[in-house]
Amino acid sequence: MSIDWYIVLSSLLFAIGAMGILLRRSPIVILLCLELMLNAGNLALVAFSRMVGNQQGQVFALVVMVVAACEVVVGLGLIVAIFRRKLPLDVDELRELRG
Amino acid sequence: MEAVLFFVAAIGALGGAIGVIAMRNPFYGVLALIVHLFSLAVLFLLLTAAFVAAAQVVVYAGAVMVLYVFVVAYVGGGAESAWEPIPGQRFLAPLLGTALFVELAIAVLASSLLALGHDGPHVNPGFGDPAAIGYLLLEKFLIPFEASSMLLMLAAVGAIVLAARRDPAEGVGRGSSEHSSEAPAERSEDSLAAPAHAGGAPS
Repeated sequence: MSIDWYIVLSSLLFAIGAMGILLRRSPIVILLCLELMLNAGNLALVAFSRMVGNQQGQVFALVVMVVAACEVVVGLGLIVAIFRRKLPLDVDELRELRG
Repeated sequence: MEAVLFFVAAIGALGGAIGVIAMRNPFYGVLALIVHLFSLAVLFLLLTAAFVAAAQVVVYAGAVMVLYVFVVAYVGGGAESAWEPIPGQRFLAPLLGTALFVELAIAVLASSLLALGHDGPHVNPGFGDPAAIGYLLLEKFLIPFEASSMLLMLAAVGAIVLAARRDPAEGVGRGSSEHSSEAPAERSEDSLAAPAHAGGAPS
């Protein structure tokens, strides 16, 4: 398969993830959509690394995975804290910072 | 053969992604994301990135998704309400997502990268296997590697601090569940500040 198929697939997945973030209101689903977008970025990184014939893009993809794992851990900790305080799990109702 | 595998994996990845944003129950969303991640691992294998594919299955589908399943089981996977606070969100969001895809597609099609049209250069059999990636990580990218291990530890400690139940010695309530029946009047005014009040009350 030529590389542009992978790039088009990756941009499609990224757009689906962005659409999910705009559409959904549950913070868990928003975190899942963030995962979709990060994985689309990973796919593009690995595809470009194959295109150039250089493995450094794969190391970059691994670092992105580490950052995604950190983001998931902190995000899920926040969700558990929100749930413990009996606040609604809905990003449109948690808007005290908006002033 | 390679084309067939690519299209099967691409359909799996797209179906998983659409499932994530379409399922009303977050639990099914997590399951759809697992399908998506396995399909992406197949795509990584097709791109001769064996170690990244293995890490994808072990780290994502193995560890991170288990964390998601536990949290969804803990907070309860209730479906979100049909009420939409932003008028027209249901129409604007797909519109903006499509616009983003069109923009990215124009960028790819108009790109002057000559190598986009073909399969990429011929690579040696060891391309992307654990030995090569490990060599790169420990020789060339040692400082980013150590920094990412530091970041992981900080994230773990931060998550424990965020999600841990406060103990009463800190002057903060023991958690909202014990006190919620005793002081409902205080709590209803400002639910974020309420645990600080409840800690001072005799319990």
